[in-house]
Amino acid sequence: MRALPHIIRKEFRQISRNKVMLPLLFLMPILQLMVLSYAADFEVKNVNLVVVDLDKSSTSQRLITKFTASDYFTLVGSFESTALAMQEIEKENADLILCIPKDMAQDLDKLMPVNVQLLLNAVNNQKAAIASNYSLQIIHAWNTDRFKDMTLPPGVLPLTVDIRDSYWYNSQLNYKTFMVPGILAILVTMLTAFLSSINIIREREMGTIEQLNVSPITKFEFILGKIIPFWIIGMLVMSFGLVVAYLLFGITVSGSLFTLYAFLAVYLVAILGIGILISTVTETQQQAMFITWFCIVIFLLLSGLFTPVDSIPEWAKILNLFNPIKYFVEVMRMIMLKGSSFMDIRHHFLVMVGFAIVYNVMAIRSYSKTSG
Amino acid sequence: MKEKVITSNKLSRKFGDFVAVDEVTFEVSKGEIFGFLGANGAGKTTAMRMLCGLLAPSSGSATVAGYDVSTQPEMVKKNIGYMSQKFSMYEDLTVKENFLFYGGVYGLKRKAIIERLSMMLGLLNLSHVMNSLVGSLPLGWKQKLSFSLAMLHQPGIIFLDEPTGGVDPITRRQFWDLIYEAAYDGITIFVTTHYMDEAEYCDRVSIMVDGSIKALDSPENLRKTYNAASMDGVFQELARGTSTK
Repeated sequence: MRALPHIIRKEFRQISRNKVMLPLLFLMPILQLMVLSYAADFEVKNVNLVVVDLDKSSTSQRLITKFTASDYFTLVGSFESTALAMQEIEKENADLILCIPKDMAQDLDKLMPVNVQLLLNAVNNQKAAIASNYSLQIIHAWNTDRFKDMTLPPGVLPLTVDIRDSYWYNSQLNYKTFMVPGILAILVTMLTAFLSSINIIREREMGTIEQLNVSPITKFEFILGKIIPFWIIGMLVMSFGLVVAYLLFGITVSGSLFTLYAFLAVYLVAILGIGILISTVTETQQQAMFITWFCIVIFLLLSGLFTPVDSIPEWAKILNLFNPIKYFVEVMRMIMLKGSSFMDIRHHFLVMVGFAIVYNVMAIRSYSKTSG
Repeated sequence: MKEKVITSNKLSRKFGDFVAVDEVTFEVSKGEIFGFLGANGAGKTTAMRMLCGLLAPSSGSATVAGYDVSTQPEMVKKNIGYMSQKFSMYEDLTVKENFLFYGGVYGLKRKAIIERLSMMLGLLNLSHVMNSLVGSLPLGWKQKLSFSLAMLHQPGIIFLDEPTGGVDPITRRQFWDLIYEAAYDGITIFVTTHYMDEAEYCDRVSIMVDGSIKALDSPENLRKTYNAASMDGVFQELARGTSTK
């Protein structure tokens, strides 16, 4: 183990000499948190609304006002026919058409059923679904208001079921609160995976690995000497990211920091093991980058960061059992938002210990000081 | 008869169907400067990498410093110095940092490394580059530093793979002074080159053509045998011999 401190010192010296890497290590957490948290926001605002009001009554006017008074809709035009309004959708000027039928107010007063039509541009189906949902809520609210103002004939009861939701762990359903822990997880993963996967390859391309292979250094020392520096960097970047998350978004860790770091410590060893493994089986930095990128994208899409993973098909669920990022994103959210204790994440922890051992044993085995 | 520190017995290496080294047999005595000559692609580097424990032989056997290269490559590595054809110091570290790192890997103490480095740089007239980034130095200096690095842990045997490739004649001459000094101290030198004038400086040379050793003797005897005025003539003779075969 006498060579170990020398390898670690050497790695840190090289990182500190790298004019691009060092600033990036600290800029990345800030930029990624800001960009991803704001941009990867699924809240739908600024839905462009076009109205076709054939009724032109005070009742229909109240409905339109109800729409425009919300933060989500912007009234961009009124037309006399649905066909004309459709042109606005074709021109991408409008997302939603609200069609109010002729004589709506009269029919309502007669307690006859009335059909209000919503036409949605579903090119972006997610946005359309959310806009439709908002619209239904607004129409429902408008209806409820209407009943209140009405003097109902005896025997007719107004529809007054009022459902109120209470959201736990993220009470305001703040999208950023949900995204930030996941983004921190991705950030630390990408950084350490790329750094480690390129590292040994770089020594090979530079020719320096030959000099190490001809020295009495052991494989174990060598791999460990490569893992420790990046492990420390991963820990630092996560700490920095947590501070940035607090300063920018006021997000704090509800659970124990110790549990979070304990998991992170094992997780980083696993991810670095994968990186080093890639580094030992590839021949050029380009190959290593490609494979790392490929793995990260697949792991990322299945991680549940952007989409819920409970609804993925069975085969993908099985694949996901081997996805370290999925475990980490879950654990980050559990600890940061829900305040889960070590006992709650013990299953995740054990799986990660397994990954760490398997990947690193594979990495040490696949690295050979003597080529066959 | 002097102690044999390198022995090679029918050492061979195949890459697929291609035989890079074909049943090479030779011995090197302690303190000898052994030249390993051959054209590009003759198999010199492959043979040397096998002797250093960097490449597993396909068949045959070899011992270096008394250890078998196939079964005890890590023991071989403890006893040799190696300067690869490709420059292998970290360009983004200073000379001192490179030596501290490699010295540390060999288990040398910091103080001992600095002392030895200062001494070696003094001999090379390169004391002023101690704290320079390696990447900023000219090639000739880098080669001398690589040689010093290979000698840092005072190995009994040193392998030099084309140490003077791309280096000017004056630096080459200085380089051979370093080699002579090392040999004088009892270090065995195993050196590959394709400069035939350098072959004259060796105690014995082997000439490799297409993976096998075609001649092995002292430069003087080789010149007599092949009736040539210089090693260059010997080499031409051997190379032509195979090309017309």
